[in-house]
Amino acid sequence: MNIPTTYLLALSGVMFTLGVLGVLIRRNTIVIFMSIELMLNSANLAFISFARQFSELPGQVFVFFVIAVAAAEVAVGLALIVTIFKTRHSIDIDQINKLRG
Amino acid sequence: MSIDVIIFLGLAAVAIASAVSMLISRNAIYSAIFLVMNFITVAVLYLLLNAAFIALVQVTVYAGAIMVLFLFVIMLLGAEHVETSRKLPWQLPVALIFGLILVGEFGLMLYTRMDVLAESVQSVVEGFGSPASVGSELFRTYLIPFEITSVLLLVAMVGAIVLSRNERKESR
Amino acid sequence: MASIEVGVNGGLFSFAPLIIFLPILGLLINIIVGRRFGERFTGAVACTAVGLSFAVAVLQFIALRGHPEGVNVMVADWITIGTLDVAWSLKIDTLSVAMVLMVTGVSTLIHIYAVGYMHEDVRFQGDPGRYTRFFVFFNLFVASMMVLVTANNFLMMFVGWEGVGLCSYLLIGFWFEKGEDGIGNAVAGKKAFITNRIGDFGFLIAMFLVFWQFGSLEFDQVFTSAQAAGAAVGGVATAITLFLLLGATGKSAQIPLFVWLPDAMAGPTPVSALIHAATMVTAGIYMIARNHVLFELAPFSSTMVAIVGGATALFAATIAVGQFDIKRVLAYSTISQLGFMVAAVGLGAYVAGMFHLVTHAFFKALLFLSAGSVIQGIEHGHHHIEHGKEATGPPFDPQDMRNMGGLRSKMKITFWVYLIGALTLSGIPPLAGFFSKDEILADASHANPAVYWLLAIAAFFTAFYMGRQILMVFFGKPRSEAAAHAMENPPVMTVPLIALASLSVLGGILNLPGVHSLTDWLHHTLEHVHAGEFNFIVAGFSTLLALLAITLAYLIYGRTKMKKGEPDPLRKILGPIFVGMHNKWWVDELYDLLIIRPYVALAAFFADIVDWRFWHDWFHDSVLARGFRGLAWWLSQAFDLRVIDGIANGLADVTKGVAARLRTLQTGYVRNYALSVFAGVILVLGYFLFR
Repeated sequence: MNIPTTYLLALSGVMFTLGVLGVLIRRNTIVIFMSIELMLNSANLAFISFARQFSELPGQVFVFFVIAVAAAEVAVGLALIVTIFKTRHSIDIDQINKLRG
Repeated sequence: MSIDVIIFLGLAAVAIASAVSMLISRNAIYSAIFLVMNFITVAVLYLLLNAAFIALVQVTVYAGAIMVLFLFVIMLLGAEHVETSRKLPWQLPVALIFGLILVGEFGLMLYTRMDVLAESVQSVVEGFGSPASVGSELFRTYLIPFEITSVLLLVAMVGAIVLSRNERKESR
Repeated sequence: MASIEVGVNGGLFSFAPLIIFLPILGLLINIIVGRRFGERFTGAVACTAVGLSFAVAVLQFIALRGHPEGVNVMVADWITIGTLDVAWSLKIDTLSVAMVLMVTGVSTLIHIYAVGYMHEDVRFQGDPGRYTRFFVFFNLFVASMMVLVTANNFLMMFVGWEGVGLCSYLLIGFWFEKGEDGIGNAVAGKKAFITNRIGDFGFLIAMFLVFWQFGSLEFDQVFTSAQAAGAAVGGVATAITLFLLLGATGKSAQIPLFVWLPDAMAGPTPVSALIHAATMVTAGIYMIARNHVLFELAPFSSTMVAIVGGATALFAATIAVGQFDIKRVLAYSTISQLGFMVAAVGLGAYVAGMFHLVTHAFFKALLFLSAGSVIQGIEHGHHHIEHGKEATGPPFDPQDMRNMGGLRSKMKITFWVYLIGALTLSGIPPLAGFFSKDEILADASHANPAVYWLLAIAAFFTAFYMGRQILMVFFGKPRSEAAAHAMENPPVMTVPLIALASLSVLGGILNLPGVHSLTDWLHHTLEHVHAGEFNFIVAGFSTLLALLAITLAYLIYGRTKMKKGEPDPLRKILGPIFVGMHNKWWVDELYDLLIIRPYVALAAFFADIVDWRFWHDWFHDSVLARGFRGLAWWLSQAFDLRVIDGIANGLADVTKGVAARLRTLQTGYVRNYALSVFAGVILVLGYFLFR
């Protein structure tokens, strides 16, 4: 498949930006979490693109690790969200402002 | 415009559309479904980019396990909707402006480096990215990180269990 | 004047430092272990130390016969500053050895006597523990005197000079808690010390002048350069010698600084003997003799010395007539006799002065120790009767001659030795005092008639008051119970008396007319000495005067027996003059009025007005304290509170204000934080992009 790497990176960048916007705009903690997964996904896409660009297999191996770490992250993160929900009965990120100075 | 590019543009359009839909869906369930759609689209792209193994991992782990977990938690908590209270009125416009700037920067960066990337595209060897080659790379060169990853997953599992269990004794 | 330096291998001379170090060793032993081994040990150590010192002095005498020009015995380097180079070097010549022999010899006898006397005295005064202390002071006294006498420079002499002053203070105030009002003895010691200080001031000034003029403090160098300069330094020499005279008047109790000596009777009797006879008071005469070169360059000073000596001799003799205290009579007698010596050295008759110094040391030590014997005999008697009855009436004074009388039969040895001493002092031939006093009178008769007449009249009074004393003490009937029960003292006290009596009798042999052994001896040190020719007219006249005075005394005191409580018969004859004599011509009162009162007033003015009111009240309290308080107030209120605290509080306020504004950034909203992070990412990315 002959797609310029630039295109792939552009798609990756757009998806990353959308993930960032999701983090910044959405107030649902779970959706914010999903946005983070989207950002990781866009980064993975960039890795795969470069792996093909330079014929380097470690790029794909790295993606494998990223996915593994993301799985762990999601497991812990969702557990945290559940715990927070149990105490505050909300997953609105704006309700969690105990750190206000 | 080659067929490849047309296919890519189609996939890219689906991916971006699903991402935007995830972003703007009011219902978290919908967001999760759109994200699964995005993941699958990206997995197709992986397949086209000589990364069959990663594509399969993406579908099974991400779109399968992780997103099922998300859906499970959303439904468990009944947190599909979050009431709309405008506490940070200027957050949305600022975020949008910043997002545009970021996209602009990405674009500028790609535009200035485009020639380098176009010229140095190399032909991909046979079997590049196949499960066999990736597996052999994983268990040879990256054996120790791989094992550490397994430990990490174990730790995450224990952590999740500890965090979410009911600890009555702790309440004083 | 040329004397050789002697190092370690100087034969007998190398033992010379032992003269000083033996008494010091003795006192060190007594300080360390004296109390532990008791009185016998202490006394033995002290006497042995001084006795050995005398023996060493005899060795020096023998050595000097081979080297009559004298030597310097180096002991130690002392001070070397620029051109000032003072070594502790002993000057062993005929003059100093004569002094050393006399001092150590007489001191040894006084020490032996003191062993017995102090044994009684410490018990009578009620503190036997001070026995050791007494002998420590005693040995120190002898050591200081040796330092003074053997010094070969002014500074070392000054050390000894001060040393004997210190020891006199310590010993006069030995029973410091006794005496008038409980501090009388201490006051007497203080008086001696302060009066001596005035003289020491003169000595110090003289020493400075010597160094300023001659650039050295060593006797030999000073005298050599002084002789070389001759009349050119006459003015300075006059100043030096006048200041030296002031020093001598302090130490040797001359007008006007004699007032301390009678009060020095406050010390135990052996102390009086030691001060009066052997050590301290002779220092002034010795010093003048030692500096004879300078005095010869200053005729005016010499004349002054002679006049001071003559005046003192007569003045003190008249006072002695009016005293009732047995030791006070002897004290004024000492002053008078010292006047003789000073007059002699002032007239250039150094040998006569030294001769009289030596014989006087014998018979005055004898008289004092005998007086001590009398006093202790009376005390014994007093104790004897005290056992029987209650003490009533005024406190008994064992030194008052009015309480004595008729002791001749009670204390035979004491009587005879006292009589010998008195006759020697009176100048009856052929006793020692006759020869020495007559030599002075003979020299005075053709050197300075005025001084001669002063001395002759003084000699008359001397014979009179000694006759009076003998008659009052030993003849007649006892005028008190104590005197009636008086008893003789043990041999440890009487044997030294007998020894001294023999010396008093035979002392004249030292410089018999025609033999002049002392003159020849001292000739090596004192040039220009002339063998005083025996003047029969002078001698006959003075003998006649003495006999006349004794006869007169017998007529007044001996013929009619004095009764108890009866006033002195002389009181009726002389009237107010006797009152004047008795009251020491009010010299103490005069000094009190002229010097001490204004001085105390001035001191009070300084203390009360200047120091207290001005310095404390005004300057310290008003200026310093208030100023400081004001400054402190300003610092605390204005400076500290406003500026320092202002800075500190200002910093705190600024921090607080900044924090109050900054804390609003901490909205607590995770999305805000994420936005900030995002802004950071954009900035960093932009930086990489556009750098």
